Amino acid sequence: MKVDVRYFAAIRESLGPGERAEVPAGTTLATLRDQLIAQSDAHAAALARGRALRCALNQTLCDESALVSDGAEVAFFPPVTGG
Amino acid sequence: MTTPRVRVQTEDFDLSAEVAALRADDPGVGAVASFIGTVRDRNDGLGVSSMELEHYPGMTERAIEAMIDQAMVRFQIRAVRVIHRVGTLKPLDQIVLVVVTGAHRHEAFQACEFLMDYLKTQAPFWKKEHTPQGARWVDARTADDAALQRWGISAANAPNPITPSPSGRGLG
Repeated sequence: MKVDVRYFAAIRESLGPGERAEVPAGTTLATLRDQLIAQSDAHAAALARGRALRCALNQTLCDESALVSDGAEVAFFPPVTGG
Repeated sequence: MTTPRVRVQTEDFDLSAEVAALRADDPGVGAVASFIGTVRDRNDGLGVSSMELEHYPGMTERAIEAMIDQAMVRFQIRAVRVIHRVGTLKPLDQIVLVVVTGAHRHEAFQACEFLMDYLKTQAPFWKKEHTPQGARWVDARTADDAALQRWGISAANAPNPITPSPSGRGLG
């Protein structure tokens, strides 16, 4: 299946605004993150496991155990700092 | 009501105009509470000459709409308006506006604070500050997570786990 991945703030500065990813059925946000980390050194640094990262699935905040579906919009970004 | 409850925009906003619009034609309103957040010229020990605010178009608006839905359920209030600016802002500029109308002040005050606590930690916005030592992304604060937790909502945003703190120091 294909998913749209989007990045914001410091992660967008490292990796660009986003990309398409091809993932197998049963992929969670955690396994997608690992797959992206394996893609390049820049991905490994920006999405590193030690780094505080939040994620959204179809524009709703969620945790990494969430399952992605075909055509889903996934986003990875740093903790938010608005207001 | 055709005016949207949430606006994310580069333009400035006018408190008086927003309050007037929100309470127009509603004689049941007896209280209006509002909050405005502005750009400080210092943060974490460094001077700030300007900042850039980024958001997640679509998700940001949806997230704030959901917060307003929660506020309408929790508090006896009549109407809410939230405006948040994005783009380049300078010290003294307005960043965010929350206006709540209600029949009585207590619930209006509470809903206004609830919405700001929620927005600080759950709405996708990011600030990048320009300082004499270069640009830096603003760090999320655990104090803001603690502020939301006071309302019984546990959804950590900042990297460090929440440590219970008796004081509200560092909020806002």
